[in-house]
Amino acid sequence: MLRRPGNQSPRVPNLIESPLLQTAVEPLVQVDRVSKRYGRTLAVADLSFGVAKGEVLGFLGPNGAGKTTTMRVITGFMPPSEGRVLVGGLDIAESPLEVRSRIGYLPENPPLYPEMEVTAFLEFAARLRGVPKGGIRPAVERAIERCALGEARERIIGKLSRGYRQRVGLAQALVHEPEVLVLDEPTAGLDPKQIHETRKLIRTLAGERTVVLSTHILPEVTVTCDRVVIIAGGRLRAEDTPENLVARLGAAERGRGTWEIETAAPADAAEAALRAVPGVARVEAGPETAERTLVLQVEAAGDRAIATDLARALLEAGCPLFGLRRGGASLEDVFLALTTEETETNGTGDSSDATGAPEEHP
Amino acid sequence: MRNALTIARREIGAALASPVAYVLFGAFAFLYGYFFADYLQSFVEAGMRMSQMGGFSGGTLNVNTDLLRWLMASTAILVLFLLPLLSMRTVSEEIRSGTMELLLTAPITDGQIVIGKFLAALALYCGMLALTGLHVGVLFWFSRPEIAPVLAAYLGLLLLGAGLLALGLFFSSLTRNQIVAGLLTFGALLVLWLVEFAGARGGEFGRVLAYLSVTGHMEGFARGVIATRDLAFYLSFAAFWLYLARESVRSRRWRG
Repeated sequence: MLRRPGNQSPRVPNLIESPLLQTAVEPLVQVDRVSKRYGRTLAVADLSFGVAKGEVLGFLGPNGAGKTTTMRVITGFMPPSEGRVLVGGLDIAESPLEVRSRIGYLPENPPLYPEMEVTAFLEFAARLRGVPKGGIRPAVERAIERCALGEARERIIGKLSRGYRQRVGLAQALVHEPEVLVLDEPTAGLDPKQIHETRKLIRTLAGERTVVLSTHILPEVTVTCDRVVIIAGGRLRAEDTPENLVARLGAAERGRGTWEIETAAPADAAEAALRAVPGVARVEAGPETAERTLVLQVEAAGDRAIATDLARALLEAGCPLFGLRRGGASLEDVFLALTTEETETNGTGDSSDATGAPEEHP
Repeated sequence: MRNALTIARREIGAALASPVAYVLFGAFAFLYGYFFADYLQSFVEAGMRMSQMGGFSGGTLNVNTDLLRWLMASTAILVLFLLPLLSMRTVSEEIRSGTMELLLTAPITDGQIVIGKFLAALALYCGMLALTGLHVGVLFWFSRPEIAPVLAAYLGLLLLGAGLLALGLFFSSLTRNQIVAGLLTFGALLVLWLVEFAGARGGEFGRVLAYLSVTGHMEGFARGVIATRDLAFYLSFAAFWLYLARESVRSRRWRG
């Protein structure tokens, strides 16, 4: 499953050799050539990246890419097989307790005691993380307010809904005001409103705290993260801002753009009109919807000025125009380009999760 | 120490919130009460026979040596059977529910986790032993036994419990399934109990086996004798299993 670096297909632009890889500022979290083996399985291979202070780093990869393993190494849950992790200049292996007290961690399944009340649990978490005695109550109050847990404070955790539990999980990661927050799929299992609120919360944390969050949901990255690290098969595939990743993939497919045009069925007249526009290379009609509309995928050369030509051609042919939008390269394309050569199941599973990507991308 | 106490406090709270502790306390109180009534009745009957014989036998009955000693020795057997229920969930439950991840990423050492859990189990066990204070108190109400041998016996029970709980804690740290942990503990304790009978057959090897018997070392305490050899046995027994438990928790980190 693991490929050698030289094995990449020529279509995939090499995004690893990015100038941004060498961050100017001394990173707060430095993952240095980390490998992790479980028996004979190599879960993470020679992974290096840094997270600057105040940054939100998105850790992106298909399921089984090594995201959770990497996060467990960063949080000091498990030691790496090779390499080291520095947090604030301290090596986790050398001063594990000091480093762990600076980190707040929300594992994929929130670690909660079902028989406890929310407040009691957060007090326990604060005490466990070494918050001094007098500071425990205020710390718990802050965490409750931050995570909007006011209504649930006296309730038993075992009886809370999934969304509330996730928030309690987030609150326990925050309660000791850690410098670094490590969140493993923080929005998994939440409803859309809760997802929105969680992302907003993470955004408000940016700047004062350093956040590393893993996800396989692409819009999450564009919405919440300053920078993205893409891993697949335990190896680093790309590291850059979401915009730059998209821009560089776009540059690789230079001079070509895709457009999505929504019009009324039948497609024949619209298709013919669009084909006549100079620069158009390909027109493909999507399935007809119940409202008798359809989406045409148009591949055309030239810059965005061609949008005007496409619209004019359509209107002159007497076809209605319901929508016109640039498809272009999205983070999803980058992601798929970088990860589809992995196992089939992973690839398909993630692309279905990512269908919402173009909407949220500028 | 503060960290260990944090763990211990939560652990006790969790135990008191679950029915297991109450079932255990109830079972212990019932069985102990039965033993107590039985031994007391035999004691009273023996006393009556003795007074009928008009002191011909030349002996007298003593609450310490003829009642409490046997009662305490039997309590040790009872504890042997019941304590696996107290220790089985300690670490297993954390592994199963994923809260182990919270503990292992907190700024506390693996040793503190183990000690915290151990102290919590020990405190619950002390609560269990406190229930017997009622029965023993009755004896003090109606007669005048010596207090020192009774305290020695309680010390023995406490040390025995500490050893058994440390062993149970280790087996609990091996698996995410608390039933498996409980059965393993029970099996191990059964073996450590039965070696007493195997050891009774004598010989050099028999003496080694007899020394390993967890309840065998209780006899001295039950008589009111605090022997260094018994003290050393229980303390090193508990330390040994606590050490293994810590290593087992540590190895979780490598195995993931």
